[in-house]
Amino acid sequence: MARRGLAAEAAGTAVSPSRTVTLRISRENPADARGGERGFSVHKVPVEKWTTVLDAILDVKKHIDHSVAVRYSCRQATCGSCGMLINGRPRLACFTKIDELGADTVTVEPMKNFPVVRDLVVGFERLFEAHRGVKPYVVGAGGSGGPPGAAEAAPQTPEELERFVQFSACIKCGLCNSACPTMATDSSFVGPQALAQAYRYVADSRDKGREERLKIIDESHGIWRCHFAGSCSQVCPKGVDPAMGIQLLRGYLLGFRK
Amino acid sequence: MRESTIMRIHYGTALGAVALVAVHVLFRFTQDFSDSLQYESVIANYQFLPYAGLLEIILVLLSIHGFNGLRVVLLELRQGRAYEKAVSYGCLAAMFAVIAYGSRTIIMASAGTVS
Amino acid sequence: MPGSGAAGGEGGAGRRNMGGIKGMADPRGYGIERVAYWLMRLSGLGLLAYFVAHIYETSNILRGRAGWDEMLATTQTTEGHVLLAVVIGMCVFHTANGVRLMLGHGGLGVGRPARPDYPYAPLSQGARHKIGIYSSIVLAAAASMYGLAVMFGEVH
Repeated sequence: MARRGLAAEAAGTAVSPSRTVTLRISRENPADARGGERGFSVHKVPVEKWTTVLDAILDVKKHIDHSVAVRYSCRQATCGSCGMLINGRPRLACFTKIDELGADTVTVEPMKNFPVVRDLVVGFERLFEAHRGVKPYVVGAGGSGGPPGAAEAAPQTPEELERFVQFSACIKCGLCNSACPTMATDSSFVGPQALAQAYRYVADSRDKGREERLKIIDESHGIWRCHFAGSCSQVCPKGVDPAMGIQLLRGYLLGFRK
Repeated sequence: MRESTIMRIHYGTALGAVALVAVHVLFRFTQDFSDSLQYESVIANYQFLPYAGLLEIILVLLSIHGFNGLRVVLLELRQGRAYEKAVSYGCLAAMFAVIAYGSRTIIMASAGTVS
Repeated sequence: MPGSGAAGGEGGAGRRNMGGIKGMADPRGYGIERVAYWLMRLSGLGLLAYFVAHIYETSNILRGRAGWDEMLATTQTTEGHVLLAVVIGMCVFHTANGVRLMLGHGGLGVGRPARPDYPYAPLSQGARHKIGIYSSIVLAAAASMYGLAVMFGEVH
């Protein structure tokens, strides 16, 4: 049945009735001089079929409690800022519709395995340090002196590009590190994000830093602490599949890949 | 030793142990299970030198694999230079202790020096 | 590499917000692969404990017939048989899943990199590895039951 006000091509689209869900937001301020105890603030928020978790949090922030701390930017799963635990699973708040959770209560908490800055905001220092540690750039023929200059730029075949392009989609949101069981206890582990990026450059036909990079990850808290539980790949919002990259990377170290 | 070398040894000992433990288990089925555990039968097994050699190899392979696995689990639980050193050397010591104790049984039983 | 220090379990969480032992050991929420990770770790530790106990158990042969029979009397009980059946199950699971993991660690069966399409089903978590995990569990259960049948004298 056609509805008044809808464009002709959208007339067949059923308009969902709005409903209300309970949004539980983890509240914590470690910098608070009173000890920064953790708790939850509970809000009833109206949601539509298209309402994302980030929309709901921002709704609370705008209309109910502006002190809620949340990091976000692009609102389209590109910047990787709004990673958090949503009903116990690491997800991007901007990429998760409340409707698809199928629950009347939505609990949002800061990502596990990251230090809490405030409320839903976590510190990314460790992730970025590990990421930098694997030399996330194409190493030129001159060794580890940084990316190649224009003179060293080399063309690639589509097949060569295909070997690593999937891993270039990483937005450094940290969901994989949050889901990883090794990261839960091993504070020195490189982590799936950095390991997948190591593979991205090792598999790049232009890169001359393979040996150096393999040496970096071949240590006691490096690639061997991955046990292929695959949780990283299950939560990746960009289809990077870090578990695949890590196993392929390990193939180089075991001599199965050249 | 590089971690990749250690893990290659981990995989190698696993594969070796799987094959040899299968033989070890099949030996229990050369006769009725409860009969195979009788004193005479077990002594005869030990005094059959190829089988004693097989037991010794299994002992070494499983000790290496098992205690390296334990080292990995413990290294992932806590970190810190002193702790990690203690775990690595502790697991190595435990591995040698188990190999020594097990070898003593195999050597003495196969040599017939049983009280 | 990134900072070091005790990760701790629940006690070490708090501001650092580490998942801790609970986060590592909880097999729920991430599918059968996470269950397999947990079972692999648990069976490995269990088998190591059994291995050490078995080395001690068999050393009783050096005490002669009396010592050996005494040891048999304490292990050849209903509880002992059930424990051994669990060990058989752990051994079979650890072996079969270990072979799957070794193949995976070598990059076999994890798929080929390709441009991902929404909804981004990860190729590394594909049917091949899932079948490997379920087969390992089924084999372990079957081996345990066969072991029980042999130990309780139903099968010779």
